[in-house]
Amino acid sequence: MSDRAPIVAARGVTRVLGGAVPATLVRDVDMEVAAGEFVAVTGPSGSGKSSLLYLLGLLDRPTRGRVLFDGVDTAGLGGDALAALRLARMGFVFQFHFLLPELGVLDNVALPMRRLGRLAAAGAEARALGLLARLGLADHARKSPDQLSGGQRQRVAIARALANDPVLILADEPTGNLDSASARLVFDVFASLAAEEGRAVVVVTHDEELARRATRRLRMVDGAIVPSGAPPAGTGAAGA
Amino acid sequence: MRLALELALAQLLRRRRQGVVSVLGVTLGVGFFIAMAAMMQGFQRDFVARVIDVQPHVVVKDEFRRRPAQAAELAAGPRAAVELRGEKPVDEPRGIRGARAIAAALGDMPGVAVAPNLAGQVFLRYGTREVAATLTGIDPEAERRVGNLERDLVEGSLDALHVVANGLVLGEALARKLGARSGTTLSLSGTQGVVLKAKVVGVFRTGITSLDTSVAYALLAKAQVVLERPNVVNQLRLRLVDPEGARDFALRVEERFGYRSESWQESNANVLGIFVIQRAIMYSTIGAILVVAGFGIFNVVSTVAWEKARDIAILKSIGFRERDILAVFLLQGLLVGVAGMVLGWVLGFLIVAFMGSLRFEIEGFVRLQGFVLHRTPLHYAASGAFALATSALAAWIPARRAARADPVDILRGAT
Repeated sequence: MSDRAPIVAARGVTRVLGGAVPATLVRDVDMEVAAGEFVAVTGPSGSGKSSLLYLLGLLDRPTRGRVLFDGVDTAGLGGDALAALRLARMGFVFQFHFLLPELGVLDNVALPMRRLGRLAAAGAEARALGLLARLGLADHARKSPDQLSGGQRQRVAIARALANDPVLILADEPTGNLDSASARLVFDVFASLAAEEGRAVVVVTHDEELARRATRRLRMVDGAIVPSGAPPAGTGAAGA
Repeated sequence: MRLALELALAQLLRRRRQGVVSVLGVTLGVGFFIAMAAMMQGFQRDFVARVIDVQPHVVVKDEFRRRPAQAAELAAGPRAAVELRGEKPVDEPRGIRGARAIAAALGDMPGVAVAPNLAGQVFLRYGTREVAATLTGIDPEAERRVGNLERDLVEGSLDALHVVANGLVLGEALARKLGARSGTTLSLSGTQGVVLKAKVVGVFRTGITSLDTSVAYALLAKAQVVLERPNVVNQLRLRLVDPEGARDFALRVEERFGYRSESWQESNANVLGIFVIQRAIMYSTIGAILVVAGFGIFNVVSTVAWEKARDIAILKSIGFRERDILAVFLLQGLLVGVAGMVLGWVLGFLIVAFMGSLRFEIEGFVRLQGFVLHRTPLHYAASGAFALATSALAAWIPARRAARADPVDILRGAT
């Protein structure tokens, strides 16, 4: 996979949070993620994992350095252009499911499709149903999010992240609130998204055991990526 | 846009109670706007219509707006500094000079009817009662052309003025004050001491209180006798085909003949001035109601935006732009505004219908038998526009803040 062009790349990225006492959240990070890669970012709380994820997801802009998406420097893009990239090319999953409580499960999943407007209403609904079925939630499509368990909600959030068939999936502690069985299930989904569908997946987690299932691990301490114990040798399950 | 509308509606429905209160605020504002506007404009238009109907549109009087130049000024010129003591002013004798010629000249203009009058103060005495009144000497034939006095008669006729010696036509309220009616003989005394016996041959009611309580009509020749001003005319009353042009016409007449010419607008300036104040009071009251309603909308939209901080972050991460978020929250305010507007229209319509059904007698500037209501779609349009503008403005402030919120700040706080 290393021969593939990276989907997203950080080049000397530093993010300083202004304020009375400026805090450096991310320090001089160089990294890239290619299609089919499942990258786990680990590290203690406050090490800058989430901040790095927001930078890769174009939700935040670096203080110094560049973030390239599909080879394009995003520094030159305006807010609307970044929003358009997030809409069509990325999917986010957060620790809290963040489903909209006013909408049903199906409508939550269809929301990004409707915003993008490529599919007609019927098409969007069919695709949303398909995604839910894939995540084992076909029976819950007509329910309200608050009728579901935490693990189910998180899977709905993943279905929503997949709505517009993104090339990059970014997840911030997606299993943080889940029991271990649900957590494993969610990680299985991420692994297959990368390995079987060739998407780039970046997951921030502090669960080292789960992180081991990634194809690559990055460890962060104090905002910088540090060499971790040699990653599992084996390798690219992708492609093929 | 449809998606934004759906989201707005869904979020608003979660805040039903606050939403309903905000809607009611707008409803009241719009409803009272329509009701008060109908009542006030109805009354004002009714007054103006009556005035135009009953009163002469322009009155040429034997007065000058500017004091006539005095002898010393005439001698020394306008720029000289002159001091004279014990000077006696040259006063024009009262009355319009060459009234006949002026009347003829005015009467020849298209769309103008003229009636020469002599008006002056008199006392009417009947039994022990004595009431001051304005006696107006008229020529019934000319009077018919400049006013609707004949139509306003509730008793008697104008022609009886010719038949009965010293006939008098009184305003209804004036007659009531005196205790007189048709056929009553009362004594009429002018300020110069002439006293005549006069017989009431008619009573009129115009509905305009100031006329009905203080005006009496007699033949011009009789009035000239009572007021001791033989052959004098001190008023030319004009009626125009275009009453709205009275102001300009009066100006032109005054320029040409020099005599003070009052349009009906000028004669009723005090009442018309009160109308302006009434309107100001009405619009500020309604404005205040809608401002309060605006606070309600501000409140509900800010609350929703505050509660929805996480949802805003997620919507932004999904790829919603700032203006999409702005639209969602702005639409919530507009939904409240539209709902309030429509309900307010219904409320206003019902209040107007209710007021229209009330019957009562009231005597102010005019005599009324109930509310005079002016119904026009314009009131609905204006109140609706005002309500929507208020709602949009009230929602825009929190909506913009929500739209500009940094999703990363929200996410950092949440996780």
